[in-house]
Amino acid sequence: MDSIFTGLMDALVLILTLDKDLVEIVFLSLRVTVTAVAIAAMIGLPLGAWLVVNRFRFRRITISVLNALMGLPPVVVGLFVYLMLSRSGPFGVFGLLFTPTAMIIAQVIIVMPLIASISHQTIRDLWAEYHDLLISLNASRAQRIKVLLWDGRRALITAVLAGFGRAIGEVGAIMIVGGNIDHSTRVLTTSIALETSKGNFAFAMGLGLILIGLAIAVNLTIHTISKTERASTW
Amino acid sequence: MVTDQSPKSILPLVLSGVVARARKKHLLGPVDLTIGKRGVTIVMGSNGAGKTTLLRVMHGLQRIKAGSVDWAVDESVARRKQAYVFQSPIMMRRRVIDSIAFPLFLNGVAKRSAHKQAEDWAIRVGLAHVLQVWAPMISGGEKQKPALARALIYQPEILFLDEPCANLNGRSTREIEDILTKAVMAGTRIVMATHNIGQARRLANDVVFVCGGKILETTAADVFFDQPKTPEALAFINGEIVE
Repeated sequence: MDSIFTGLMDALVLILTLDKDLVEIVFLSLRVTVTAVAIAAMIGLPLGAWLVVNRFRFRRITISVLNALMGLPPVVVGLFVYLMLSRSGPFGVFGLLFTPTAMIIAQVIIVMPLIASISHQTIRDLWAEYHDLLISLNASRAQRIKVLLWDGRRALITAVLAGFGRAIGEVGAIMIVGGNIDHSTRVLTTSIALETSKGNFAFAMGLGLILIGLAIAVNLTIHTISKTERASTW
Repeated sequence: MVTDQSPKSILPLVLSGVVARARKKHLLGPVDLTIGKRGVTIVMGSNGAGKTTLLRVMHGLQRIKAGSVDWAVDESVARRKQAYVFQSPIMMRRRVIDSIAFPLFLNGVAKRSAHKQAEDWAIRVGLAHVLQVWAPMISGGEKQKPALARALIYQPEILFLDEPCANLNGRSTREIEDILTKAVMAGTRIVMATHNIGQARRLANDVVFVCGGKILETTAADVFFDQPKTPEALAFINGEIVE
């Protein structure tokens, strides 16, 4: 209980004084996660819609695999990306290991299946509603995907926010591929892991509270901008 | 308006030996039917008789197991000149104006021009007051109107309607019938399913009577209502339950 209280006070002091290190860590966290979620959404949303409007042989298997990948263990993804980017790996020449880019790559892999899978389920319901109309009007495949994504956009925000939630709190993969290097690849979650192992429970707790606050703030902002709770039918 | 003077009319539509089934259930057929170039054809029959299936087959929404559906022109050309209004209106999650303009957007019409035409059609169908409202939020009696405007906005040569007034009261029904009558005068061919005998009498030039997935009668409207040939049709007109 004591460490929670002192953690709160520490966090408050750090925030109010705009501690330079803290601000750097927070911004890197946001930069990595927002970039990763944006890229994952650009792939995952159209993929989810594409899976809805197309009938092909391995469709059911593809969807099952995608659903299974939602629970992909981040540590394994981290290991995989590490091997890909390490000096001896196939992409070693780019020198990306232990950079924010490597962290973004790992998070895209973790988050994309989640976004694709949730959006697939959302869009499937909308497709059931729009199917006859879009067929009747001769909409092309690309047009069908575009219409479903656009008209389902409010529900799809949930998919993207779920992806954001998973990415911002993720530690296993970015620890491995980023390395938690001070002023370079240190983000909120890796700092918390570090401070905890150092025994700085109060400081770790403070960072944790900031992380939760950040997640809530981002969600609130997105919901406010998109007016999700005002027109409750969609 | 596309009229029957158009050199490349998609009509007549000829159905021959059409059979439709879904999941081993027999839905329709075999049926033979010709839809000529003019007027209003009303498809009548009780629930489950095959009215909807017949319309969907004509429009190409329902796959057929046997037979053929032939337009006067190539099918890809014909598809662009047909419109379909569904029994339960599909409310797009858009504003009414965008919902009406939707077919134009699909065809690459610029937004401003599409909106202008949508406004024009909204006035014609009596939706001017809800142009900017989200389509799913308009009142029940008005829900079929955006669907109707959306169908008419790209000036189809033939319009299919599947019981558009099924859940509507007198006034909404009359408004929709007025819109349809105007469309017919402008040259649109109409094929409409209904089991409302009053509506059929008001609108029909000829009647296709469907029962048990078969077409029992195809006759001029006045003949059908006065001297139906089959006992099923007579029973239907007299308001008895036909199964």
